Amino acid sequence: MNYKMVGRLGSFILLFEAFFMVPSAVLCFADGDRRGGFAFLITIGIVLVLFGALALLSIGAKKGFYAREGLVTVGLGWVVLSMTGSLPFCISGQIPDFIDALFETVSGFTTTGATIVTDYARLSRGMFYWRSFTHWIGGMGVLVFLLAVIPLSGKNEGFAMHILRAESPGPDVGKLVPKMRRTAAILYAVYIVLTVVTIAAYAICGMPFFEAVCHGFGTAGTGGYGVLADSFAGYSPAIQVAAAVCMILFGINFNCYFLLIMGKIRGVALDEELRFFLGMVLVSTAMITINVRSLYATFGETLRHSFFQVSSIVTTTGFSTVDFDAWPAFSKVILLILMITGACAGSTGGGLKCARVLILLKGIKRNVSQVLRPRRVQSLRISGKAVDERVISNTNAYFAAYMAIIGLSFLLISVDGFSVTTNISAVLACFNNIGPGLEAVGPSLSYASYGVFSKIVLILDMLAGRLEIFPILVLFAPATWKRR
Amino acid sequence: MKIIIAGNGKIGGMLTRQLSQEGYDITVIDSDREALSAESERFDIITCEGNCASAATLREAGILTTGLLVAATGNDEVNLLCCMTAKSLNPRIHTIARIKNAEYNEQVYGMKDIFAISMAFNPELQTAVEIDRLIRYPGFLKRDTFTKGRVEIVELKIDSGSRLCGKALSEIRGIVKAEVLVCAVLRGGEAIAPDGRFVLQAGDRIFVTATADNLSAMLKSLDIYTRKVKNVMIAGGSRLSVYLATLLAKRRVDVKIIEKDAELCKKLSERLPDAEIICADASLPDVLESEGIRSCDALVTLTGMDELNVIISLYGNAAEVPQTITKLGRIDGTAIVRDLSIGSTVNPGRVACDAIVRYVRAVNNQTGAAISLHLIADGHVEAIEFAAENGTLHLGEPLRQIRFKKNVLVAWAATSCSS
Repeated sequence: MNYKMVGRLGSFILLFEAFFMVPSAVLCFADGDRRGGFAFLITIGIVLVLFGALALLSIGAKKGFYAREGLVTVGLGWVVLSMTGSLPFCISGQIPDFIDALFETVSGFTTTGATIVTDYARLSRGMFYWRSFTHWIGGMGVLVFLLAVIPLSGKNEGFAMHILRAESPGPDVGKLVPKMRRTAAILYAVYIVLTVVTIAAYAICGMPFFEAVCHGFGTAGTGGYGVLADSFAGYSPAIQVAAAVCMILFGINFNCYFLLIMGKIRGVALDEELRFFLGMVLVSTAMITINVRSLYATFGETLRHSFFQVSSIVTTTGFSTVDFDAWPAFSKVILLILMITGACAGSTGGGLKCARVLILLKGIKRNVSQVLRPRRVQSLRISGKAVDERVISNTNAYFAAYMAIIGLSFLLISVDGFSVTTNISAVLACFNNIGPGLEAVGPSLSYASYGVFSKIVLILDMLAGRLEIFPILVLFAPATWKRR
Repeated sequence: MKIIIAGNGKIGGMLTRQLSQEGYDITVIDSDREALSAESERFDIITCEGNCASAATLREAGILTTGLLVAATGNDEVNLLCCMTAKSLNPRIHTIARIKNAEYNEQVYGMKDIFAISMAFNPELQTAVEIDRLIRYPGFLKRDTFTKGRVEIVELKIDSGSRLCGKALSEIRGIVKAEVLVCAVLRGGEAIAPDGRFVLQAGDRIFVTATADNLSAMLKSLDIYTRKVKNVMIAGGSRLSVYLATLLAKRRVDVKIIEKDAELCKKLSERLPDAEIICADASLPDVLESEGIRSCDALVTLTGMDELNVIISLYGNAAEVPQTITKLGRIDGTAIVRDLSIGSTVNPGRVACDAIVRYVRAVNNQTGAAISLHLIADGHVEAIEFAAENGTLHLGEPLRQIRFKKNVLVAWAATSCSS
């Protein structure tokens, strides 16, 4: 293990975090929330001291950065990021309990949006801004940001690939252009442009500017933190439609935008994952609209609420315009299934990812045909291209780990005595980075009533879900820490 | 600048490493997916699977925005087709093709425009030329010439018995009685830019620059053997051996090639009327002894296996052959061979790679470009020859007033008539 190199990257993460906290501190002081402002300043101080210590310790870092270092950097980096990111909530006393504050921060960085805040009046604007901004950072990933900003390449050539692969979602992560730094910069540029467009759309539709920014961050990272207790329910239909469309935009693989910019429209139009994703949205919306038609006055309203909820859940954002917990079982199960499939690979959304679902489904089809005709050799194709067998077996392994973690977490949090529906939806909503679940953790309620142990389990679930399991799992594997 | 490297073999891999570290945008094309994925983990590059000579693959690799293409597959015909296709897709592209079959030399150089190649390279031939040069002027492990041969940088190994061992660099001129400058030292795999207080140890490899006359004077005062080489023993009958034997035969040096494969030996004897072809296993001491290893002036090991070359060279060194030259591929520059007494080492991939890097830099940087570039000290140090032209920075300033970056040394300034 190349501890020094991991430490150096960790120190950069801390340095960036200190910078990211500055606007929140300013906002706190501007609003007269002196306690909150000082909480941010103290945290920035602590983070900078940690940065200095790590930077000093990592002097003389050598080459030798492999998959293991990449996974550990990402896993540990996110843990440290969340730990320090939760300090302002604690120190200011706005979320006094450390585990609660940690839950809130992890939920922010992992773009889950599951909250333990029951009384929205207790949080100042600075805190709301920080909460939403963690979504924005977590959406594309802090290490990808680091790759875009810092010239780390040079001596340590291929190592950036290990980081991108560990932090970016999807079964087969690749670069857009030969240089990693430019790839990361392109991804962030697309991200920033789309975020600005979203915020502008909200503001034009009549949302107050501060709320537009916070909700813009929440939409971009597919997080789901709002600044109002009723999420999007109180906004005008125009804003709700705009939000539903914007969420879909962030659920699409960012490579598609790059291809569009390069003028390869045909390639985007033929992208099977994109078609699958949009088709799923369409079909789910139609089915739910038919199912819940008796609940709302007009067809337009029914369609709007169905589309908004589908868009919010499938992109794993977690905003809501209605309490979908009151919907019929059929609609709720559709939403639960959408929680699992999630958005496209390479987007800011979570879940299993459409690309994996496609590979799994096609794998089943291939297996069936192989049972019937054992001699047939058949390659699995997505968008007309044969998928590497290694990617297929990795996807199968990923799915197995995914199911195992869901099962284990489900069992562990069941000790708190909530209903089966609450528990399974809580695990699915946290692990897939959605936020609201059903019943006791439904859109109008919060996770505050879970015990400390369950909250820790859910925190780990959120991290494992955002980082796609393995960066977190390797932290617990003894082989990771053995000498090579 | 964007560069496509077609063919991820020995030379392709070496080029990928060198050029991606210099900051170029590299796309590697190969038909082996496994090899490509391994390559993309090691370097900051993008890969493209497919046949590099097909227009579809080249388009996928982004040929339209590419400035330079190196076709380095093991197949000459594929390389030529690759360059022709690339040029017709993108007329502004520079194309470099590897042509290893000497039979094509005439048409490749004569029909450059038809084949659409800007530069052809033949690693084996270029290596043979380098070996020939080492044999012609023995005494040094490696030899690079600048300013049309007026200045050279040579490599010397310091043995424990050497008169330079344990001496500070400032004393060297007095010991060798010649105007020489030590510009780099390679110790334990690391390159050092030494100053006058630096003390040499046994096992160091030093890089000395001087004019040719001063270098011969240095050899004389260090008692290094410089007798003219009259007969050379070559182990292994590869293509490289044929090129080398041809070059040596032109200078009337007696050549003896030891090759195991009987069929190959027949062909060799047809192609090389002046050389003596022995059909035997060169890795057997008996064979080497009976073929007179103790009486030859130079031993060159050119079999296809690095390990075999090293072992035969070690044997030659033990048999006190005055000069040994070892061809290395995979294990070149590694710690395993660093301290072995195997004389000079040559690496065909390295030779070709240096030539291409030189070309790439020239294309990328049309003005103020290096006239020549040599990588010395296992590639850790670059020796570059610049022309000071109108427009060059710091013209008219004394050298000591110019602030250079650390570890940059201006060793020579040549004017049109004298050094």
